[in-house]
Amino acid sequence: MAGRFGIYAALVRAQIRAQTQYRLSFAFDLLFNVVITFVDTITILVIFRITPVLGGFDLPDALLLSALAGIAFALADLTVGNIERLPKYVREGLLDTVLVRPLGALSQLIVGDLSIRRLGRIVQGLGVLIVAVVLADVRFTPAVAAMLVIVPLAGAVTFAAIFVTGASLSFWLVEAGEVANAFTYGGRDFTLYPTTVYTGWFRRAFAYGLGFAAVIYFPTLAILGRSDPLGTPTWLHWAAPGVAVVWCGVAWLAWRTGIRRYRSTGS
Amino acid sequence: MPPRTFVALVGAGFRRWATYRQATIAGGFTNCVFGFLRCYVLLAVVGSSAHVVGYDRDQIVTYVWLGQGVLGVVTLWGWSDLNDRVKSGDITIDLLRPVNPIATYFATDLGRACHAALTRLIAPLVVGAIAFGLYVPRRPQTFALAVMSLALAVGVSFAVRYLVNLTAFWVLDARGFLIAWAILGNVATGLVVPVRFFPDIVQWVLWCTPFPYMFQAPIDIAIERVGPLEQWGLIGVQAVVLVALLWTCDRVQRRGVRTLVIQGG
Repeated sequence: MAGRFGIYAALVRAQIRAQTQYRLSFAFDLLFNVVITFVDTITILVIFRITPVLGGFDLPDALLLSALAGIAFALADLTVGNIERLPKYVREGLLDTVLVRPLGALSQLIVGDLSIRRLGRIVQGLGVLIVAVVLADVRFTPAVAAMLVIVPLAGAVTFAAIFVTGASLSFWLVEAGEVANAFTYGGRDFTLYPTTVYTGWFRRAFAYGLGFAAVIYFPTLAILGRSDPLGTPTWLHWAAPGVAVVWCGVAWLAWRTGIRRYRSTGS
Repeated sequence: MPPRTFVALVGAGFRRWATYRQATIAGGFTNCVFGFLRCYVLLAVVGSSAHVVGYDRDQIVTYVWLGQGVLGVVTLWGWSDLNDRVKSGDITIDLLRPVNPIATYFATDLGRACHAALTRLIAPLVVGAIAFGLYVPRRPQTFALAVMSLALAVGVSFAVRYLVNLTAFWVLDARGFLIAWAILGNVATGLVVPVRFFPDIVQWVLWCTPFPYMFQAPIDIAIERVGPLEQWGLIGVQAVVLVALLWTCDRVQRRGVRTLVIQGG
């Protein structure tokens, strides 16, 4: 086990060295990734230019919510996001190369595809989070402090599992990889705004069916010390890690079934 | 280029996309999911007020759903054909042909857009109409004007994409510029929120760029956010922007061909 861990550590180190080889180019990439995440923040500022309240949230509260969602997604995107290239690997036969090596296929793909320039997005998210925590008058208790750390991490695990589940779909639907975007990037968009914004069966499907409400919205209510206008019980507001565990199970099952079903393209 | 060749290339573009049936359905599905996501957010912005920056409830709903369809037709991002050909060196083949690559790619892109107009445009409109109810234009001529504007928007979008891809002649891989354009395009074209949500000064700056003319303009025309005279005005500006962009593409390409170092072997 220690030996295997050593191999992965070496692979990650190699990735970092390779990607930072051209310093200036890497610095630009990093900076660029800081800038692009501002798009989400700008969108929220623009929306609050038009309306003072969105789904019962004022600007500082909405910023807090979107910052948590932004960091969680950025963490998942940094580590596992590139798994969405799987259909391309299947088409080009690269997956065969991965499968003949004596390491797990999924972990190899994840380690081999880290894009550390996306650290920039997390930096931006942390900046917005700090501003939002100050503006939103968060009352600090040990529980709230723990939530501020756990929520982005649990959210990241959930998004990562959804990325893997989505990529597993491409074992069945080679051309239809775009369907996964509806749940990965769609899930991100869903969590960027308060769940109160959505209504009807769509809310039930995304918030409760797929569990997205428990990833960012419920924990934000807990951090702000608010009750849910949708009337969910308070204990649910602490369920983010539970949702992450369930999604990991789904991802594991989808990946295992998919990879066993995989037949090489023969290229 | 002889018209017959142009039409043949348009047909080829259409047929190429008609073969990707799974991908068309997947794309339409994803457009619809994002339609719901964006629609609810903008509806929350409208709230109980009758109007938001000149859009009423039905218009804002239609803005989102028509927008999700228009997105599939004009294709803001995800086109790197030219860049890939420069990277692989295949661009030599394009340059050796007796037709300008701009015309070749433009024709195939029009074929793609025609296919998308029959598939990707319709799907979100149907879903949006069933789930929320859409705004139906009051003036009959709006339908014709919207089609004209959409066609021009496809041209503008193509020219901008081509221009971004052309940077590959200098930097060999336009990936950075392509990503920058994808991010900028999200905000500057009116996709995420209508351009009219921005402060006046930002709106002014944006209308001076080609971006709103490939997305916001055809939608504003279709949902009659602007009066009859302004509809014609917008179409006129779109035409001017398109000609100017195609001319720029041609100039940049001429310069680029002189500096290009062919890749591959």
